Formats: sequence, C-alpha cells, structure tokens
Amino acid sequence: MHNPCGVFNETYEQDLAIFRTKTQWGLLIGAIIIAFTFPLFLNSYILGVLIQIFATIIILHGLNILTGYCGQISLAQAAFAAVGGYTSALLSEWALGAALPEWFPGIFNFWITVPIAGLTAGAIGVLFGIPALRLRGFYLVMATLAAHFIIIYIIVHTIGTQAQTLPAPHLFGLLLNNSQSYYYVVLVALIALSYVAKNLVRTRFGRAWIAIRDNDLAAEVMGISLFRYKLSAFFIGCLFAGLGGALWAHYTRSITPEYYHLTYGLWYLGYIIVGGMGSALGPFFGASFLIILTQGLAEVISALSGTFYGIESYLSAAREVLFGLVVVLFMILEPRGIAHRWNLFKAYYRLFPYAH
Amino acid sequence: MGTAPASKDVAILEIANLSLSFGGVQALMDISLEVKQGEVLAIIGPNGAGKTSLLNCMNGFYRAQQGDISFQGKGISKMPSHKIAELGIARTFQQIELYTHLSAQDNLMAGRHIHFKSGMLDGALYFGKAHREEIEHRKAVENIIDLFDMEAIRKKVVGFLPYGQRKLVELGRAVVMEPKLLLLDEPMAGMNVEEKEDMARFILDIWELKGTTIVLIEHDMGVVMDIADRIVVLDFGRKIAEGTPQEIQTNPAVISAYLGQE
Ligand SMILES: Nc1ncnc2c1ncn2[C@@H]1O[C@H](COP(=O)(O)OP(=O)(O)O)[C@@H](O)[C@H]1O
Ligand SMILES: [Mg+2]
Repeated sequence: MHNPCGVFNETYEQDLAIFRTKTQWGLLIGAIIIAFTFPLFLNSYILGVLIQIFATIIILHGLNILTGYCGQISLAQAAFAAVGGYTSALLSEWALGAALPEWFPGIFNFWITVPIAGLTAGAIGVLFGIPALRLRGFYLVMATLAAHFIIIYIIVHTIGTQAQTLPAPHLFGLLLNNSQSYYYVVLVALIALSYVAKNLVRTRFGRAWIAIRDNDLAAEVMGISLFRYKLSAFFIGCLFAGLGGALWAHYTRSITPEYYHLTYGLWYLGYIIVGGMGSALGPFFGASFLIILTQGLAEVISALSGTFYGIESYLSAAREVLFGLVVVLFMILEPRGIAHRWNLFKAYYRLFPYAH
Repeated sequence: MGTAPASKDVAILEIANLSLSFGGVQALMDISLEVKQGEVLAIIGPNGAGKTSLLNCMNGFYRAQQGDISFQGKGISKMPSHKIAELGIARTFQQIELYTHLSAQDNLMAGRHIHFKSGMLDGALYFGKAHREEIEHRKAVENIIDLFDMEAIRKKVVGFLPYGQRKLVELGRAVVMEPKLLLLDEPMAGMNVEEKEDMARFILDIWELKGTTIVLIEHDMGVVMDIADRIVVLDFGRKIAEGTPQEIQTNPAVISAYLGQE
C-alpha cells in the first residue's frame, strides 16, 4: 500500500495500519455515520436493497478469501449460504417447538442461531474442501459444482421445498421486524465482518492463502501446510457464506431452496470479478455496482410496462443478459476489477496536480 | 541451551544410498553423502546430472524410491515438505518460484511463516498477539531488506521485477526463514558478472553472520572454487567425486566428465 505524498511511516505500526491519514479516517467515519442515518430518510424498498447488498458483501468476503486470495474457485457459495439460512431456520423452529425448559427458547434466539449457522456452514465447507487437496482448476470447479447439488439435494429431500419461516430478532425488548430496524443489524454485522476479513488477509493466514494461490509448490516448501491452509480458506469462505445467508434469511423471514439456486453461486463469482478479486474492497464494489445496476434495470422495465403492455415478458431475461455482459466486459477490459480502478484513482488524486 | 559451536565434523544432513528414477530415466543412482554443520557444500555436474533432483529429495519435493535422508539425526525421507521446512531447511529454485502478486516485503513476510504462533482467531481480531507478531517479524524482514539492499524494491510487486532482483527476493525469502540448512539451486544462473559478485557476497554474508550451512548448485567454477568448502560432483545421476576444491580440480574422473575425455 502506498501512502499519500509526504506521509512517511516512522514505525512499523504506522506501516501496518489499514487507515493511515486523517483524510482516510475521516472518509471512513463519515461513510459509517451516513450509513447509520439512512433509515431516517430512505424508504423500506431502498433499505431492503441495501440490506441485500450488505448481506451479499458478507457472502462475497468469504468467496473472495476462498477464490480471490486462496485461488480455490468455488461455485458452491450459494449452497453454503443455504446451509446458513436453513440452520438458523431449523434451530429457531426447534427452539420454539421443543419441550424445552422455560429459559431455553430465550437463549436459543437469533443472536445465537446466526453464529451457529455460520459455524455449521464453515464445518460443512471444510468437508467439501477436502477434494481441493487433490484437485485443481477445472476439476475443483466441477467438485464444487457437485457440492452445490449435493447440499441442495439434501435440503430438498430432508426439509422439503415448502417455505421455511424464520423469526425476527429481538433486542432489548424491541422486535426488529422491519427494514428500518433490521438494517442496523446487518450494517453492524457488515462492519464487524469486513474488519475481520481484512484482518485475516493482512496477517499470516492471508499471506499463506496468497502464497498457495500464487505458487502452491513454493508455499509447501516454505513451511505452509496446504492441508491446513486450504481447509482454513474453505472454513472461512463458507463461514461468511453461512453468516450472510442466515442474516438475509432472517430479513426475508421465509426461505425455499429456490433462494439458493446455482445461478446465485455463479453470480457471486461475477460480483467479485467485477469488484476486484483478491482485494478487500472488491466485494463492496462488486455487490454495490451490480445490485444497483440490475435493480435499476428492473425498475426501468416495470416503469415501461405501464406504457408498453407485456414488455416484461420480453425483457424477463434482461437482468441475466446485462449481468453477463458486464462480467464479460470486465474480464476483457479490467480483469482486476473496480478495486484496481479505485487504486489508480487514488494514485492520481495523491499525485495531483502532477499526474504521471 | 546455548548454540553449539559450528563444527565442521558434525553431519547436519546424511544421505544414504539414494536412488530416484522417472520412468526409464535414472535421475539419481545410489547417492550417499554428508553435509557437515557450518560448511558451504557445492554440487556441480553437467546439465541433467541430477543436481536439482538431489536438492528436491532433500526437502521432500521429490520422493526417492530407495535410500534414506536424515536431518540432524531425524529421518525425513517420508516427511511432508512443510514439516521439513519447520525443521529448518529452506531453499531457492532454479526457475524462480515467488509469490508473484505480493510485494518483495510481503514475500519475505510469507517466508517467516513457520515462526508465527498466532492462530486464526488472533488474526481475525488483530488485537494483541497477531499485531505484536506482525511487528516482530517485520523487524526480521527489515534486517534482510537492509542486508540485501532491497530498500528500493520492497513495495514492488515481485512479478514485475527484473530477473536478478527476483533471484535476490527468492534468496531473501529463504534466508528470512532462519534455516539451519539453506539449499540454493543455481542462484547465479543467468546473471551478469556484477550481479554474480553481489550474490556471492550475500551468500557469504549469510554464512558468516548466521552460521547457516549451505548447499549450493552452481555452474560458474570460479564462484564455486571461491566460496565452497567442499564439492560433490554428479554425472548421470552418480556421485563421481567429492572433496576440497583443490582435490576436485585435479581429479581425473571430474576432468573427463567435464571435458568428455576417457
Ligand atoms: N519431474 C521430473 N520428471 C521426469 N524427469 C525428471 C524430472 N525431474 C528431473 N528429471 C530428469 O532427471 C534427470 C536429472 O535432472 P535434474 O535433476 O534437473 O538435473 P540437473 O539439475 O543436474 O540439471 C534429467 O534427465 C531430467 O530429465
Ligand atoms: Mg538443475
């Protein structure tokens, strides 16, 4: 990471910090404050889109670590989000229905089931990560595709295709059952988990993952256990999928296997390609850009359908087409994603007015 | 426990009757040799003699079909490479094998891997232990950056560095691991005279400052004669000679292997 002109690192602490200058801190704190005020003036629809973006970013942090940092391409991220959603749904239901002691349902609530959902997805991720110790590239992609189908098959055949309902969380006696209140839950989770993701990639685990991605033979020879670190990438990748999936499920309050269709697993990869693979900011850029773009398109189409009767049926695939087009364009024109453009922009701003 | 004085009589690595073949190609045939504590041992021989294969066996990268290797008395023939690294064997490769997307500094930080103790949770939260470790290991990395004059390239992504500098980063990544035994596969190949001199100086610096035992594959006989304590000569997978530089220079088997005479 480069510092703005005139800023020098005098200690290792300074060089290791994520945010170095007052401007950087100012921007961060400003952004967080603005994000906290959104429910005061945005309507439920827009807050819902933001919640979707935030939950998606959490899921993408996981995929970014697994695929972007560790180089293990996975199509199964949607299935691990499903593991999270269903784990939390089933635990909540069980805690309500079972003949448990008086105090128990109160403890076995959203704040407990969501972390358990994440850990469960992580553990199952480790299981499905084992083939990655033997398989690479295309073959690993096929193995993760199989993982997706196996997980969804198990869900469909044990739980069924009917909708599974989830409760809204309580906090200090308040029921957080609308977009205004639930938004804060997801926002705080996003901030905390983004910090965790960034910390992981800037310390020994992150370097080990990148080492494996860039040169697994050298990594092994330099003392990095491929077994331990590939599986830890699967654990973290799927943990984030589970947490994001569960947070999203408690917002929609009802899930079916269709929510976790393979298409989403593919889209998640598209998001991080567009945002910037192997960059901590990639998930933010990818999810924000593409979700706003595709939601915007949906708005335009539904607005047009008032004037042009039946246009919706002609444009039903427009979202997928636009999405695919954007991903392909990025792969051709800027394979390093928006995050790279952002870095170039920062470099330009730093050197202004002396562009190089 | 104090560190034992570097004695050149104690073997740090022992290889006994090692044989390795690839299909029909016999890369190594019944090789036995000892690497002594604190020495610089050069392995020389024509192309395809099996030098790289021998190094690859030493750190578990290749598995010999026959024979044993022990490091400080411990059998390592069946040990995975990353465990061998933890015991204290580091290496560089003939074809540079760096973490191409990381900066020079981060390549070295990754080289410190085996010395890190903090777990995943420490890293995730970053408070305390993980943070202290980052700083502590940065100091070790900084020493090597100083020693190898890498100040100017520390933040550069290594994939874009010129060949000579990548070779240097790779050496740095191995040295920062603080190995007891350092294996170098043609560290000066493809370099100009000036770069070779720098590299030879750095290798001797490491040997002097850290007392690291070094096994070195090198083609430049001038360099080998200058820095090696002993030389092992391979030809067609066999060890044909072993001795001091003077002994090797006058050894008839070596002369014939190199000059192709009978
Ligand atoms: N991975 C491999 N697969 C097949 N043959 C190999 C492999 N590695 C080395 N060899 C063969 O073993 C012999 C010795 O090679 P090598 O150890 O690279 O020699 P040197 O380093 O002395 O030039 C060569 O004939 C080479 O083709
Ligand atoms: Mg070789």
